[in-house]
Amino acid sequence: MGRKQGNMTMAMASEAPKDGFRLSMLIYDTRFRSFTIQVIVLLLVLLGIGWLVDNTIANLAAKDKDINFGFLWNRAGYDIEQQLIPYTNDSTHGRAAIIGLLNTLVVAFWGCIFATVIGVFVGVLRLSKNWLVGRLMTVYVEAFRNVPLLLWIIVVFVVTSETAPQPKDFKVTAEMVQTGAEPAAQKILFNTIAITNRGWNIPGPLFERPLPTVHLGSVPLNLTFLAIIAAVVGSFVANRRVLRHARLVQEDTGIRPVTWWKSLLILIAPIVILLVALGFHLDIPAFPADENGVSKGFNFQGGILVQHSFSALLIALSLYTGAFIAEAVRAGVMAISRGQTEAAYALGLRPGRTMNLIILPQALRVIIPPLISQYLNLTKNTSLGIAVSYLDLRGTLGGITLNQTGRELECMLLMMLTYLIISLIISSLMNAFNSAVKLKER
Amino acid sequence: MKKSVFLGVVAATAMTAGFASASTLDDVKARGELLCGSNTGLTGFGAPDANGNWVGFDVSLCRAVAAAVLGDPAKVKFVPTTGETRFTALASGEVDLLVRNSTWTFSRDNDLKLDFVAVNYYDGQGFMVKKDLGVSSAKELDGATVCIQTGTTTELNLADFFKFNNISYTPVTVQDDSEAQRQYLAGACDAYTTDASGLAASRATMADPENHIILPEIISKEPLGPVVRHGDNQWGDIVRWTYFALLIAEEKGITKANIEEVAASSTDPEVRRLLGVEGDSGVMMGLDNNWAKNAIAANGNYGEIFEANIGASTPIGLARGLNALWTQGGLQYAPPLR
Repeated sequence: MGRKQGNMTMAMASEAPKDGFRLSMLIYDTRFRSFTIQVIVLLLVLLGIGWLVDNTIANLAAKDKDINFGFLWNRAGYDIEQQLIPYTNDSTHGRAAIIGLLNTLVVAFWGCIFATVIGVFVGVLRLSKNWLVGRLMTVYVEAFRNVPLLLWIIVVFVVTSETAPQPKDFKVTAEMVQTGAEPAAQKILFNTIAITNRGWNIPGPLFERPLPTVHLGSVPLNLTFLAIIAAVVGSFVANRRVLRHARLVQEDTGIRPVTWWKSLLILIAPIVILLVALGFHLDIPAFPADENGVSKGFNFQGGILVQHSFSALLIALSLYTGAFIAEAVRAGVMAISRGQTEAAYALGLRPGRTMNLIILPQALRVIIPPLISQYLNLTKNTSLGIAVSYLDLRGTLGGITLNQTGRELECMLLMMLTYLIISLIISSLMNAFNSAVKLKER
Repeated sequence: MKKSVFLGVVAATAMTAGFASASTLDDVKARGELLCGSNTGLTGFGAPDANGNWVGFDVSLCRAVAAAVLGDPAKVKFVPTTGETRFTALASGEVDLLVRNSTWTFSRDNDLKLDFVAVNYYDGQGFMVKKDLGVSSAKELDGATVCIQTGTTTELNLADFFKFNNISYTPVTVQDDSEAQRQYLAGACDAYTTDASGLAASRATMADPENHIILPEIISKEPLGPVVRHGDNQWGDIVRWTYFALLIAEEKGITKANIEEVAASSTDPEVRRLLGVEGDSGVMMGLDNNWAKNAIAANGNYGEIFEANIGASTPIGLARGLNALWTQGGLQYAPPLR
């Protein structure tokens, strides 16, 4: 076949008139025309870019400004409340940008997870035959889809921050000690969590005998943290081996060995032993008090403060994006033919199992492509955190650093590049997942 | 995607950069209107009144410049700017002049390529707390939550102050004065920090000013003044000398009320030069010889502007202090007009 085609082309080529190449052929000859057009357009685009870059540099030079990223290594001088890695005002602007980036990523990460859970539940429930449940989900989806995200973020922030009591309402004063009266506000959940108008004071982990922190070059490694992760991952791997063994025995003999106590032991024992060895206990937030029990200070000490700006942003983003994901899920479920459900019922599967085992796995193929764009939207929308003073990448690099250094162009370019890279990573991961689950046509 | 976004930014920068080139004085004259960057609303310094007219200490300087250049103090358009946007607005040519409680610092002068032409208010950063907090010194604020406007020098001073005194704080960064006030009043922060004058202005607009105190510590030097773009010296001189004219007027006892009478009768050569009776001071700057007279007639001299907007008789109630004339123990000093 290949040979025959080759012969034919050769024959056709030899029959063609053997004229020399003329310049006009670039326009009139269809073999060259598309190539000519592409080259011209490419040149024009490059020229346009060149003109813009040149114009920018010339105009910056006219204002005695240059493009210089050196400021990233200068002392930042400002403080950031929420920091996932150590940072002080003596750190560099570059490190402040990384703190901001991590704050962006942590909201994006949890936001994507919560939005997916909400989206799948609501999307499926909206198709429910129960009139009330179906309508309630419709109301939720329409309310969140049709009001700007910024308003939702501000509404959630104002509601969470203005309805909660002030930290001073939790304080015990000298009169209260004398009269035995209780403070105006109390901690909830066995006296461990305090919700104030500044945020959630939740217990934090504390280790009496922590492992040391080693430095790999300039990167500090927290061995305590790594040991806990290793223990968790290790026990999951071991558990999988136990389950696989059980499956092999079952396939061999038809009898499944009892595994639940083995699994339980493997999953729980190592981590508990490790935590006891490290001297783990919870650091419960409390006001420092003097010997009479009178509270001092302005804020709860100890534990972790989750600021309302973080929780408001996370809640609003999850609910907003969840509404869009719900629609994608609904579309995916409706795309699966009715016959699949009927076949499943005919086999005696209950509706819940039909949805989980038959419909959703097939619907996934339709759901994932729109899901990718929802994840990208959510990640980019985290930059709206500026409205509630959440110091993400936009707030540090694109906000305070930009202002204090006056390097607008550099900060903006760097910020756009960072968002671009994050989005491309999410998109490539999701595309890889998509090609793994999509219908294989052979 | 990447390419188009990049192009957009480059194009935007190229466009904004293009505006700043021509002479600001020519631009203002051609436009017939001065674009003055002002606060988004800080009572006493720059805020619209009940009728929507901008009034205040900083606003009056803008009006004086408009009167000097265009002969009419009403020919000003006020462009509200936040702490974050103000310098970009000035550098990009969106405003001709920025009079907005802006602190003169080395990096703003040299790195941002701006020129601070004068100091119209010598200020310092302070703290405001609620009286019932029981705090009498900023050094007792260990562990407190502090509201702070972003993009300001106060943000950096605050970090330095707490670090130097070895105490800790939690920052809550807000965009502008009104947001800071809302958070502070709602108890989302224990203390609000900004320039002491700004604190006094904020307190004056609260429902219960008597329940809030400004702590005695002044933790920084904050020389506030009008800002122009770097490189347009003629425009910088006009703004600077308009301001000096207001100072000289106070020194010489020229007020809004008596200016015509003084211009007609004075024999003091400096006053005669100032009010354009003799010499051609205006021509040297590319203005009318009546420039200083118009500027003073707009809102009165420096002292009158101070007393009318932020002085002891107003709700803000600031004393002259460092801002008294040099003849009365202050720092306000104008070079001789000759």
